[in-house]
Amino acid sequence: MSQHTDLLQVRNLRIAFRTGKTSTVEALKGVSFDLPSDATVALVGESGSGKSVASLAVMGLLPAQTTLIDPASSIRFAGRELLGLPANERRALCGKDIAMIFQEPMSSLNPVFTAGFQIGEVLRRHMGMNARAARLRTLELLAEVGIPDPATKIDAYPGQMSGGQQQRVMIAMAIACEPKLLIADEPTTALDVTIQQQIMALIARLQQARRMAVLFITHDLGLVAEIADRVIVMRHGEVREEGAAAQVFGAPRDAYTRALLHCRPRLDVRPLRLPVIDDYLAESTAPASASASAPELAQPQRVRGTTPGEQPLLVVNHLAKRFWLRDGLFRKRAFDAVQDVSFTLGRGKTLGVVGESGSGKTTVGLTLLRLHRASGGSALFEGRDLLALSEREYQPYKRRIQIIFQNPYASLNPRFTVGQILLEPMRIHRIGASDAERIGMARQLLARVGLPEAAYGRYPHEFSGGQRQRIAIARCLTLRPEILVCDESVSALDVSVQAQVLNLLQDLQDEYGMSYIFISHDLSVVKYISDQVMVMQAGRVVELADSDTLYRDPQHPYTRSLLAAIPKGG
Amino acid sequence: MSAHLDSAGLWTLAWRRLRADRIAMAALAVVAGFLLLVLLSGAGLIAADWEREVAVNYAPPTFLGADPGSRALAQAQLPRATPPNAFDPLAAELAELKAQVAATHRPREKRTTLPFGADKWGHDIVQKTIKGGQTSIVVGLVAALLAVTLGTLFGAVSGFHGGWVDDLFNWFYSVFTAIPAILMILAVAAVLQQKGVATIVLILGLTGWTGPYRLMRAEYIKHAAREYVMAADAIGASSLRRMFGHILPNVAHVALVQLSILTVGFIKAEVILSFLGFGVPVGTVSWGSMLNEAQNELILGKWWQMAAAAGAMATLVTAFSLFADALRDALDPKIK
Repeated sequence: MSQHTDLLQVRNLRIAFRTGKTSTVEALKGVSFDLPSDATVALVGESGSGKSVASLAVMGLLPAQTTLIDPASSIRFAGRELLGLPANERRALCGKDIAMIFQEPMSSLNPVFTAGFQIGEVLRRHMGMNARAARLRTLELLAEVGIPDPATKIDAYPGQMSGGQQQRVMIAMAIACEPKLLIADEPTTALDVTIQQQIMALIARLQQARRMAVLFITHDLGLVAEIADRVIVMRHGEVREEGAAAQVFGAPRDAYTRALLHCRPRLDVRPLRLPVIDDYLAESTAPASASASAPELAQPQRVRGTTPGEQPLLVVNHLAKRFWLRDGLFRKRAFDAVQDVSFTLGRGKTLGVVGESGSGKTTVGLTLLRLHRASGGSALFEGRDLLALSEREYQPYKRRIQIIFQNPYASLNPRFTVGQILLEPMRIHRIGASDAERIGMARQLLARVGLPEAAYGRYPHEFSGGQRQRIAIARCLTLRPEILVCDESVSALDVSVQAQVLNLLQDLQDEYGMSYIFISHDLSVVKYISDQVMVMQAGRVVELADSDTLYRDPQHPYTRSLLAAIPKGG
Repeated sequence: MSAHLDSAGLWTLAWRRLRADRIAMAALAVVAGFLLLVLLSGAGLIAADWEREVAVNYAPPTFLGADPGSRALAQAQLPRATPPNAFDPLAAELAELKAQVAATHRPREKRTTLPFGADKWGHDIVQKTIKGGQTSIVVGLVAALLAVTLGTLFGAVSGFHGGWVDDLFNWFYSVFTAIPAILMILAVAAVLQQKGVATIVLILGLTGWTGPYRLMRAEYIKHAAREYVMAADAIGASSLRRMFGHILPNVAHVALVQLSILTVGFIKAEVILSFLGFGVPVGTVSWGSMLNEAQNELILGKWWQMAAAAGAMATLVTAFSLFADALRDALDPKIK
């Protein structure tokens, strides 16, 4: 690729952050890449890879006080060196020629101004338009990004729009000044799969129509297979692999890229264990054996599914949850989060619950654990209706039904040591004769979930997301539950860590014979771990079938649209 | 990571952050110094005899030098030989008595200057300030402790349970805050009708819980919905355990900062109360009563009692505020 066609050239970018008076942490360790003027380049990496730091450095949005940029680094945009440019020139350039969209459209838009006003402001400031011209142009832009009925929506406030529409408004704002480069930082991560698909299509269409360059930053390699021309894979502040999309997806050279491609569960195969990143990195250091060259294929398949006539452990009938929202001073408005949900769960089986945000899938889990009070229906466990028991009667059942939450950063009390976290449930339910015995059990469980013994005296903030989720799993295991509700338990984790935690959950299921209710928005993960899958939409069950059957032969149109929205690269 | 099995908790980390803050450590040293003075004077080791009239009235500070008139005053108070009175039938006995008294009870010579002067009765201002500080600081700390405890308790119950419990407390809170604070204090003072340090503590504590209540209630509402509290519910932890075992350690920093802010506020409030005559009883000295006395002295140009009380209070309040600020920064989990 010749020098002139590259719109953006990043050379040897080294960035460190000051974390204390003398300590620094290196975020980028000499990163170089090029961005052609009419192409989409994907920057892919897990958390801590430095992908966002690189994009913020291009925009000049890094905090000046704590950022140390190596003097030998260079970022050239359209032939001009950006590093060392005076702040006001840089800002003028960045607002107009380089535009950026962020992950959270809800927090990027100002809630007290209308969508039309916020787009119009950009046009008036940067393009010198008067109010009338700006309004007309705003209408065109809203139509271009696919907002239905722009004439009405132009006067809508962000709160009156859905998440997908808000992201479309953000995109309209970004392209308002005809930028040469659009940086999209995880623009679909906060959105549902079907909306994600639409936004991806929109970005691809705009890129082609306007012939601009797009730098697409994501943690999900599978997502960019369809839209990226080139892919850059980063890890720990270094570029691991860079190449044309077809080559990176078809014949990845780097072990880490291969690992990223295969750690995600696939819809067509179900290996006994998911391959994890260490399998690949170990292989790259010791490249001898033939079988190690493809850990994802060398495995026997796991059989999932239900057989008729199984004795059910839990029978849920017509479960309903209605929330009362305050409407004005005295009125209340009913909101049915869950309506008429019925299913059975066999011993040692996994029921997957899939749905988009607002489908009521999390409410089902919380209501079953009585963390929400059900407004109707029953949940029969050994013939007793859990939902009808008094608090006192229900207490012993808390031992037998446990939950792992989505966010491992929020579900552990930050003021408790790991030891205290594990001992508390045992003390409450009087498991173990003495504290000494309980401490012994806690240490064994830590080892079982793959944490070092030294973890016992430490606090949650000293652990990574995956490790914290292991602590949460260990806390549940102290009670030896028969049913474990996993509420989006792997959704917040990096792909490689997600595979490890899924493997752990499967191992524990094999060992203890637990039943799982696995709630997730991620269809590939649910397909992989479930015997049965329940699809929910707007509080109702639209389809319930054996996992393989459902994915092979979906009956309901909504299920089909969900399946169609899964990125093809994944 | 070190090889130790146990590692630093958030409180230890906060202490480390505080240690690195020089202003905070200086402020802490000042506050600790004041507390030491309180302890020593409480134990009677210093300033125990502040009520002795060791100097002449309004003896100025040493660095100003003695008042020319006061030396004469000091001299004048020495017993002088009176000429014999021929008409006094008891003169002989009186002279004998006087000689006896003079022999056993020699009047001490009063000093004309003191390191920081003397008040109307000749009390040493330095000792009086220390003794007054004891009252003021104890009142401030204990009243703040009472107010924060009440506020935390009400806020926890109200924020955690929500619903009608919350409505009830909010109604109570609204009524309480609708009455102007100073009127409220005066009303409670009028009802209690008993002057004393304990009364002031009660007045301030019972009227001051609203601020901590509002903040703690908000914190409890926020934390009650957090996943770690739901997880505690799921493992079977009782609501008391969730409120005080799980949530309280996570919101204690708010209460702690409130405690330090209220202590400062109450020290100032005690001054105002004493100034208005609702404060400490006669015979007890506090910074407030000193300032109250000083308003008459200022007209005479005797500024040192006022300067001592105000200076001591300003130093403590400033140090305490700086420390509270640093404490808030060190404890805020977001700044890490």
